[in-house]
Amino acid sequence: MGFTKVVYFTFAFIAILSSLLMVTRKNPIHSALWMILTFFSLAVIYLLYEAQFIAVAQVMVYAGAIMMLILFVIMLVNLEKGYGEGEESKSPLQKKKIAWLLVTTVFFVELLFCAVFFRMTGKTGDYTAEMVRSMGNAKTVGSLLYGKYLFPFEIASLMLLVGIVGAVVLTKKTK
Amino acid sequence: MITELPMGFSLLLSGILFTIGAIGALMRRNVLVVFMCIELMLNAVNLIFIASDRLLSSLSGNIFVFFIMTVAAVEAAVGLAIFVLVFRLKGTVNADEVNLLKG
Amino acid sequence: MRDFLWLIPLFPALGFLLNSAVGKRAKKGFISWVACLSVFFSFVVSLILFFEFLDLPPTARLFEQNIYSWISSGEFSVPIGFRIDPLSIIMCLVVTGVGFLIHVYSVGYMHDDPGYRRYFIYLNLFVFMMLLLVTANNILLMFVGWEGVGLCSYLLIGFWYEKDSAANAGMKAFIVNRVGDFGFLLGIFLLFVTLGSRGVWTLHFATIQQNAHLLGPVAGVITLLFFVGAMGKSAQIPLYVWLPDAMEGPTPVSSLIHAATMVTAGVYMIARLNFLYILAPETMFFVALIGVLTAFFAASIGFAQYDIKKVLAYSTISQLGFMFLAVGVGAFSAGIFHLMTHAFFKGLLFLGAGSVMHAMQGELDLRKMGGLKEKTPITYYTFFIACLAISGIPGFSGFFSKDEILWQAMSSPKGHILLWLLATITACMTAYYMFRLFFSVFHGPCRAPAEVIHHIHESPKIMTIPLMILAFLSVAGGYVGVPAVLGGGNLVGEFLAPVFSLSPHKEVTWRLVSEAWAATGEASHEAGLEITLMVVSVIMALTGIFLSYLFHLKNPALAERFVERNPRLYRLVHNKYYVDEIYHFVFVRGLFRLGDAAMGIVDNTLIEGTVNGTAKLLEGIGGRLRKIQTGYVQEYAFILVLGAIVIVGYLILYPLF
Repeated sequence: MGFTKVVYFTFAFIAILSSLLMVTRKNPIHSALWMILTFFSLAVIYLLYEAQFIAVAQVMVYAGAIMMLILFVIMLVNLEKGYGEGEESKSPLQKKKIAWLLVTTVFFVELLFCAVFFRMTGKTGDYTAEMVRSMGNAKTVGSLLYGKYLFPFEIASLMLLVGIVGAVVLTKKTK
Repeated sequence: MITELPMGFSLLLSGILFTIGAIGALMRRNVLVVFMCIELMLNAVNLIFIASDRLLSSLSGNIFVFFIMTVAAVEAAVGLAIFVLVFRLKGTVNADEVNLLKG
Repeated sequence: MRDFLWLIPLFPALGFLLNSAVGKRAKKGFISWVACLSVFFSFVVSLILFFEFLDLPPTARLFEQNIYSWISSGEFSVPIGFRIDPLSIIMCLVVTGVGFLIHVYSVGYMHDDPGYRRYFIYLNLFVFMMLLLVTANNILLMFVGWEGVGLCSYLLIGFWYEKDSAANAGMKAFIVNRVGDFGFLLGIFLLFVTLGSRGVWTLHFATIQQNAHLLGPVAGVITLLFFVGAMGKSAQIPLYVWLPDAMEGPTPVSSLIHAATMVTAGVYMIARLNFLYILAPETMFFVALIGVLTAFFAASIGFAQYDIKKVLAYSTISQLGFMFLAVGVGAFSAGIFHLMTHAFFKGLLFLGAGSVMHAMQGELDLRKMGGLKEKTPITYYTFFIACLAISGIPGFSGFFSKDEILWQAMSSPKGHILLWLLATITACMTAYYMFRLFFSVFHGPCRAPAEVIHHIHESPKIMTIPLMILAFLSVAGGYVGVPAVLGGGNLVGEFLAPVFSLSPHKEVTWRLVSEAWAATGEASHEAGLEITLMVVSVIMALTGIFLSYLFHLKNPALAERFVERNPRLYRLVHNKYYVDEIYHFVFVRGLFRLGDAAMGIVDNTLIEGTVNGTAKLLEGIGGRLRKIQTGYVQEYAFILVLGAIVIVGYLILYPLF
């Protein structure tokens, strides 16, 4: 096995492990930290797939901005309340949730099925690996963003604007 | 570098991550943890897009991942703003206690 | 004048509209002049047409005029059209002539009534509808008139509607009539469909007459259904119960509608449709049977009634029975002749009763009357003439018409000796109870309270002049029908013959009979039989009069002893054989129970159940579906996952199928 394969399997394993840990921790701050680790390992896997632009964006946006935001909100909430989740695991909803868990594993089985029996159709696109390597991933992605996909790009920026305004408006305390 | 790796592994990894995220979103009581699990599901999908890009010699997947991230960011901002409002109203982060729409 | 047939019904219609339009404050004089003149003008037009007829040969006496096409659909058309032939001209003359006299009488009788204007409006409407009935040239228009007179009868019976008994009597009349009308309608439909299935789509009398042979055995059912209508309108058994109650209306109304004109509509209808009845001998026998039974039955009830108007009502039913007996044995012109004379003397009897009531300040019970002979002479003598006429005393009109009927009941090809026997006994009974009434009211000591006696006076001239004219007609009106055997020309019979003559091989006409009488030797045998029967009926009438003189004038104690010896019989007759009570028990209560059952089953259970049940069903479904909305976000997310499972499952399995 080549070097890439080893790296790949290692970081895949780390991703799965840290996501499992994230889901099961009681303390939400611990969950957030494990989440950040998951993001980092996924970024490495993106690098292995030669999607450098996306890998950097992943680290900057997800691990950087979004997780910071979440951490801040967790600490805000904990400050006001203490991290009580309430230990009543006997509410009727908890029992229902066990059932939901079992049903969701069915979903997992389906996905497994897809993965095992996946077949290619044989169609390919234009951007072969060599071409991208020669131009550089970021540059190519950039030319696509500002070229073919300009309109969605502008919409995305508008959406970000709306998000900013919305977040501020929502949380403003009106006297 | 990575083309020798058959696609099935990435599908499997993505599936596992997605399922873990789904289970976490359904099971956990803390709303913020639920939110993080949703982000995990989005990332699992991102992985698929990137993996198929390499296989299919295309960059459309990368572009789409870019937009997914944008949306996730906005969603995080606005969603947490709403969460803060609900927290001010109800005083709890327990998802089971926020059933105002019960009918 | 033949192009102005429409004037006959027009004048009363104009009178109706004019009096309706002028409003409540119109002066009494105006109303009376309009109402009476409208009927008078109709009478004049009818008279002119009658004299035109006399100028024409008998076969040409038929005027028809259509003024408007009411229904017109392909081959089938029903116009608003009028037909004047000898039958309808006689009816027109009777209706307008007697009607005019009664209008004049009413001016005096209803003088103090607050509903004066309303009375004349309804009366004119009635004359209009009756004229429509008798001049119509198709069955549908005749039915319009038929229903119209029923309506006016209801309005006028219930004229004093504040009185419960009057309002109820009006309703009873209308509803019982309706039962008859239902049969009539079925008859029309059956006739229309039967002729239509043979290709003839018509309701026109002339066309039906030409095509009557196409009907076959259905004619029996059709004529029976029409007779059901006549049973209702002309008060025969079993639908006669409305007529005695109809006496709640004003007395001139009883005279016009329930003696002279409306109740005779049934007889007119059968005479008009004689070409159908000839085809159905069973129905004709049924008609004659019902007629004679009704005559006998009603006469018997008249023995024990104490209300003047009720006695006269039962007398009307009885005389109508005679008319139906006549048309039932094929003697159509005899029936019409009796209709005419009956209009004269019965109309007179009712107006006379009105005059008596006017004198006795509204008293109706004849046990409280007596000795009016000296105080109200004109009323006395006219009433006496009418009683003689109805009893069939020779020289008066009733004798000629009633005897004609009795003779035909015996001798006609459809007649039977038993019919004659029962009819003659009824004639005796008629004489008895009419003179019982006469003696009780006008002779003997007066049994009224003193202050009523003090106020007894003769009616004003406007009421007594019509009485006198009708009395004259009650005497003279019979001489147009003197039978051949007594030397007369039987003008009525001859006049009506073209209406009742059919294809030569079917029925003998009057002319043929009278020729046969003169020609063959059998004629004298027949003539002898007829004179014998005449003598028998006169003897019966005189017996009746003598018996009533005995029981009610000479020795009233005899009557009381009879009642004491036969209490149950007396009670039965006095209570009109409990027919009303039986009807109430069977039909009225039965309908009420049906209505209750319908309300219970259909309304409450079915309809309400369906409506409420639907609501409850939706409520139930809604209640169950509501449980999906728990308010827990994670539950909603789970539903999303379920959906995803289904979709992915479909995508996986799709290529396999």
